[in-house]
Amino acid sequence: MLHGLTRTVGMIRSFVVLFIFALSGSAGLFADVAKPQIPASRGDQCVEPVEIMRRNHFEFIVHQRDLTVHQGIRTKRHSLAGCIDCHSTKTAAGQYLPVNAEGEFCQTCHTYAAVKIDCFSCHAAVPTEKISQSP
Amino acid sequence: MSQTIFHPSRSSRAFWGTCGVLVVLVLTGLFAAHHMESAGHWVTGMTNRVVWGMPHVFAVFLIVTASGALNVASIASVFGRSDYKSLSRLSGLLAAALLIGGLSVLVLDLGRPDRLIVAMTHYNFRSIFAWNIFLYTGFLGIVVVYLWMMFEPRMNRFVTRVGTLAFAWRIILTTGTGSIFGFLVARETFSSALLAPMFIAMSLSFGTAVTLLLGALVFRLKGENLPAELTGKLARLLGYFVLSVSLFVAVSHLTHLYSAGHQGIERFLLIDGRPYSLLFWIGQVLLGTLVPAVLLLSDRFKHAVSVPLGALLVVIGGLAQLYVLIIGGQAYPMSIVSGFSESSTFFDGVIAMYRPSLPEWGLGVGGMALAALIFLVGTRVLPFLPVPTPDQPRA
Amino acid sequence: MTRLMNCPDPSPAAPARRTFFTQAGVGVALLALAPGVRLVDLARARAEDEPVTSANRWGLLIDTDKCQSGCDECVSACNEEHGIVGHGRPETDAQWIRKVDLKDDQTGHELSIPVLCQHCEEPPCVDVCPTGASFRRDDGIVLVDKHICIGCRYCMMACPFQARSFIHEELTGQRTHAPRGKGTVESCTLCVHRVDKGEQPACVEACHREGHDALVFGDLNDAEDQLTKLTRASATRELRPELKLNTSVRYTRF
Repeated sequence: MLHGLTRTVGMIRSFVVLFIFALSGSAGLFADVAKPQIPASRGDQCVEPVEIMRRNHFEFIVHQRDLTVHQGIRTKRHSLAGCIDCHSTKTAAGQYLPVNAEGEFCQTCHTYAAVKIDCFSCHAAVPTEKISQSP
Repeated sequence: MSQTIFHPSRSSRAFWGTCGVLVVLVLTGLFAAHHMESAGHWVTGMTNRVVWGMPHVFAVFLIVTASGALNVASIASVFGRSDYKSLSRLSGLLAAALLIGGLSVLVLDLGRPDRLIVAMTHYNFRSIFAWNIFLYTGFLGIVVVYLWMMFEPRMNRFVTRVGTLAFAWRIILTTGTGSIFGFLVARETFSSALLAPMFIAMSLSFGTAVTLLLGALVFRLKGENLPAELTGKLARLLGYFVLSVSLFVAVSHLTHLYSAGHQGIERFLLIDGRPYSLLFWIGQVLLGTLVPAVLLLSDRFKHAVSVPLGALLVVIGGLAQLYVLIIGGQAYPMSIVSGFSESSTFFDGVIAMYRPSLPEWGLGVGGMALAALIFLVGTRVLPFLPVPTPDQPRA
Repeated sequence: MTRLMNCPDPSPAAPARRTFFTQAGVGVALLALAPGVRLVDLARARAEDEPVTSANRWGLLIDTDKCQSGCDECVSACNEEHGIVGHGRPETDAQWIRKVDLKDDQTGHELSIPVLCQHCEEPPCVDVCPTGASFRRDDGIVLVDKHICIGCRYCMMACPFQARSFIHEELTGQRTHAPRGKGTVESCTLCVHRVDKGEQPACVEACHREGHDALVFGDLNDAEDQLTKLTRASATRELRPELKLNTSVRYTRF
C-alpha cells in the first residue's frame, strides 16, 4: 500500500519534472531571463550584509511589521519605509520612481525570481516623508 | 442488510448537455468573481452600509441547505428507517456538493481571496466565523467518511455510528451559521438566539427540497423517476418542515412587534420597506410557505408536478427569506443615538439603497451551478444511484 | 558618502542617542504649539523601541456644545492626514470620521457630533474577526492589521457605530504612514502614527486650529491628564451605552 503510494508519487514527480523541462526547453525559458540589473541606492551600506538581505529581507520586514502594527515599536532599521527611502531612484526631473516599477530595486529581482510583491497595494512605493537621513 | 444495488449515472446526451450548461454557469461565476476582485467591490451593489449582498444570500442558502441535504442519510442510519437507505448515498454526495458550492461563493466574495490561507493559519477563537471554518471543513471530512462507510460493505457496520456523528455535527454547523447573524449584538435586526434554531429548521426544509429537485433531475437523466413511495414521504416531511420554519418566522416577528424599540424595523420589513416587504409577503410567505404547504400536504392537489413544484417554491421562498433577512436587515438604518433622528454624509438615519449587480448574480448562480455539477459528475463517477427493483419495492 | 547619509547606524550606542533626540524633538514640537493645547509631558513619550502597554489608555472627549454644526474640519483633516480621497461614489467611499447631525425626536433640540471608531474596551469587531486582524492594542487603540485582513467584512456587520469602511477599489498615492489598499477594512486609528510619536490626532489639531477645541485627546489612565480631569468633572456619555462596550471616545453635554 505504502510502496504503491510512493511509486505513484514518484511517477507523478518525474512526469512533472519532464514536463517542465520540455516546456522550458522549447520556449527557452531559462536562457531568456536576464540577470536583474539592480539600480544604485543611496548611502554606502545596507542595514544588514547584502547576502543576508538577499535571502532574508522578508523575514526582517515581516518581523518588523508585526512589532510595529501590534506593539507600536517604530524602530527604523528594518522598516519598509526605510528600505524605500534608500532604494528608490529619481528620474532626471527629480521625480521618485516606485520601487515596484519595472526595473526598479524591488521589482527587478522579484521579476527574476517570479515572486509577486504584495506590499505596495497598500504601502507607498516612493518616499513621501523623511524616514532616515538619506539625501 | 440492504440488498439495494447501486450503479453510476449513465452517459447520455441529456446528462452531458446538462453538465455543459452547468459548466457555462460555473465559468460565468468565476468570471464574475474575477471581475469583482480585479476592479474592486465598487462594481457590485454592496456598499459600506450593505456590506453583505447577493453572494452571501446564495452562500448562506447553499451552506444551510448542505446540512439539510443529509436528512435522508440521517433518517436511514440514525433513525433506522431502512426504506430511505436507497437514497442515502445520494444524500451524502449532495450535502458535500452544496457545501463546496456555498463555500466557493463565500471565499470568492472576500476582499482578498488570495489570502484564504491566512484564514487557515490565523485563528481568533472568539469568532464564530473562525469556528465555522472548522465546522465546514469538519463536515466535509465526516461526510466523506460517512460515504466510505456506506460504499464499503466491510465498513457498513459503522454507518450508524458515523451517521450519528454527522447528524450531531450538522446540527451544530447550522447553529453556527445562524449564530453568524445571531451574535451580531449591535444590530437589532439580527441579534437573537432564535436565529440558530430557525436556521436548523430552514436547513431541514431547504435541504429536503433540494434533495427532491436534484434527485428528480439525476433520475430523470437516466430515464427513471425518483422512487415514488419515498418521494411521497419526503414531500410530506418537507411540508412539515416548511410549517416549522414559518413558526420560527412568526415568533420572531411577533417578539419584535411587542418591543417598542423594534417596531421601526418591523414596519420596514412588513409594510413599507420595498422591495423587502414584497419579498417577505409574496416570496417568503405566499410562494415559499403557503403554496408549497398546500401542494405538499393536501391530498386534493396530488399531481405529478405538485412535489417538484412545491420543492422549487421552497427554494425560491428560501432565497427570498435570506434576502429579506440579510439585506433588509442591513438596509434599515442602525440607530447610534437612541431618541434622536440622525443624518450625515455617511447615510446615517436613511434606508440604504442596494441593488444586486450582475457580477453578484453571476457569482451566486455560479455557486449553485457548481454544487449541481459536482453532484451530477459525482453520480457518474461512483455508484450513487440505486438500481430500480420493481419486483420487490423496498417498503 | 558618510555613515550619516545612510539608514540606521547599527552600533549599540545609537538607539539611546536617537531616542533622546526623538524625545527632545517631541518636547520642542509641543512647546511650539499654540497655548491651550495640552502638552504631552516628555516623561510619557515612549522610546521608539518600547512596546505599548496598558499603562496608557488613549481616549477622546468630544464637547458637543463646542462642536459646530456645519463644520467638518476634523473630517477634512483626517482625510488629508491619511490620504483618503473620494471616488465620487459616496456609498463606497471610505470615511473614518463623519459629522452626524442629531435632532431630538421629542424636543427638537439639534446638535452635531463627530462619529468615529469609539475604540471600545470590548470591541465587537475584534470578537467577530475570524483571523484576528481586528485587534485592540494594549494602549486601547483598536486597529485592523491589514496584512492578515481577508476582507470578509464581518467586523463591519458587528460594529455598532458604522465606523468602518471597506476599500472598494485599487488605491494609489498612499501616505507612507497610512498604508491602505483594496479589499481590506479600515477605520480610525486614532492617528496611531502620531500618538506613537507623542503627538495629537489630526482631527484634534484641526478642531483646535479652528478655535473650537471641541475635541480633547489624552490618556484615560493618567489621573493628571487634562482629559481625565475633564471627564471626571462633568457627565459624559458613550454612544450605545446599552451594549456596555466601555468606549474610549466619550461625549459630554448632551
